[in-house]
Amino acid sequence: MHNKTLIDYTLHLADNALIIGHRNSEWCGHGPVLEQDIAISNIALDLIGQARNFYQYAATVSGNGATEDTLAYLRDAIDFKNILLVELPNGDWAQTILKQFFFSTYQYFLYQQLQNSKDAQLAAIAEKALKEVTYHVRWSSEWVIRLGDGTLESKNRMLRAIDEIWSYTGEMFLAASYELQGIREEYAVDLSEIQKNWVQKITSVCIEATLPLPADTWMQSGGKEGKHTEYLGFILADMQFLQRAYPDADW
Amino acid sequence: MEKGLTDIFRDKIQKEIRIEPKDWMPEKYRQTLIRQISQHAHSEIVGMLPEGNWITRAPTLRRKAILIAKVQDEAGHGLYLYSAAETLGITRDEMYDQLHSGKAKYSSIFNYPTLTWADIGAIGWLVDGAAIMNQVPLCRSSFGPYARAMVRVCKEESFHQRQGFEILLTLGKGSPEQRRMAQDALNRWWWPSIMMFGPKDDESPNTIQSMQWKIKRFTNDELRQKFIDVCAEQVKLLGLVIPDKDLTWNEATGHYDFGPINWDEFWQVIKGNGPCNKERLETRKKAWEEGAWVREAASAYAEKIERKKALLVY
Repeated sequence: MHNKTLIDYTLHLADNALIIGHRNSEWCGHGPVLEQDIAISNIALDLIGQARNFYQYAATVSGNGATEDTLAYLRDAIDFKNILLVELPNGDWAQTILKQFFFSTYQYFLYQQLQNSKDAQLAAIAEKALKEVTYHVRWSSEWVIRLGDGTLESKNRMLRAIDEIWSYTGEMFLAASYELQGIREEYAVDLSEIQKNWVQKITSVCIEATLPLPADTWMQSGGKEGKHTEYLGFILADMQFLQRAYPDADW
Repeated sequence: MEKGLTDIFRDKIQKEIRIEPKDWMPEKYRQTLIRQISQHAHSEIVGMLPEGNWITRAPTLRRKAILIAKVQDEAGHGLYLYSAAETLGITRDEMYDQLHSGKAKYSSIFNYPTLTWADIGAIGWLVDGAAIMNQVPLCRSSFGPYARAMVRVCKEESFHQRQGFEILLTLGKGSPEQRRMAQDALNRWWWPSIMMFGPKDDESPNTIQSMQWKIKRFTNDELRQKFIDVCAEQVKLLGLVIPDKDLTWNEATGHYDFGPINWDEFWQVIKGNGPCNKERLETRKKAWEEGAWVREAASAYAEKIERKKALLVY
């Protein structure tokens, strides 16, 4: 059973990175400024790279012939363990930026701790990814400030984005069963620890951006345990099309 | 005075000394370059769309990462090229306006749709292959910033071409469905790729002057022939068939003969009647218009910061 939990935890980390990377890649060719088109595609690449590292490790641990691609392309929505936040539609640039900022800040503190994981491979992946995520946090927080403190329109769009996305942030810190088990076995990150840091960082950036954060509200959850929004099915329909239409083909 | 400057310019061209942005140059040389470089930049940006169409559907994580990186490279090429054109006294925004209004053109090849995954292979092999054929000589273009931008662009394009070829090679060795997909893509992309070299020499109004100015080094027909010769050999490795029944090796010329090109289609697509002309332009306009508030916010914020800095100085 040890392996099953470790695999689930690793898949959870992989799915988060893949799905938000996939969403970011939807911007490629459609960004508001050429330089930012490049930036967000680059972030997509980093995240898909992280997902691949985690999937490859999950495949190795499972030892049943799984590969990074069978894990990404041949599981259904109820098997995906990503948080709901990452599967939300991109919306406008404000919503994309805010999602990325919330998520990257979460990943930053998560990977920072994961470097101390008793599982050497997870620790190594986290260490490598942390360099990338440090940049993602910088890039997205600068945009949050720029848009929050830019024009009246950009501020209103950010306020609307907060309204749309805030209730999906709670799930990040709500430990799933495999996380609790992983914490006991000291390879997973204790989320209550990183929540404090996350709140502090989000609050300070939003103050600089002149954006008020909502008081406590109802938080959505379920993604980590396979209960997703309706959006995920469509993401997978796109992503898995070729693998499903032409089973066992090499690409 | 003007006479002296013209002589210096001509002398530099003859001695293969690069023309730099601050050097004097004939107005027509400047305009020709702005037209060509901005067209090239627009092609990179519009060219992101047909391939971007398959990013979310790429069949493996490796292919997905490679495709994102490739399309992102195209954005990078657009960036260098817009910057090179800006040294000639036009802004990126002005060039965008010309693209959006239809005044500036981009390569017609991007007005064709990508229907299957094999199209991503065909674009890499043929479209990027044709682009390299056109662009390698541009690394020796007489205008410095253009030539230097092209050195980097060509390095990346040659990687793109190999990835396209490798996609087709994999499909060619794959299942009957995959081979069919690959052949179908080749059937659809071959002739438009051949047309990428532009009209025949005797119908290409700009070629002679551009050759004299050493902006161009080879004629359209020379480059087209070279490309066909290369592809006719490479296709053998893929196990696919080029859709031209007249394609035959000609011992006497040392080149492949090829069948007639449908120039009517070529001119129709240029006029805006290609399968995706409207979609491509609309997509670019939409991205630009929907990004307006983002750009305004970024400028407004930058100004605020500047004002704050100025206050701190006093």
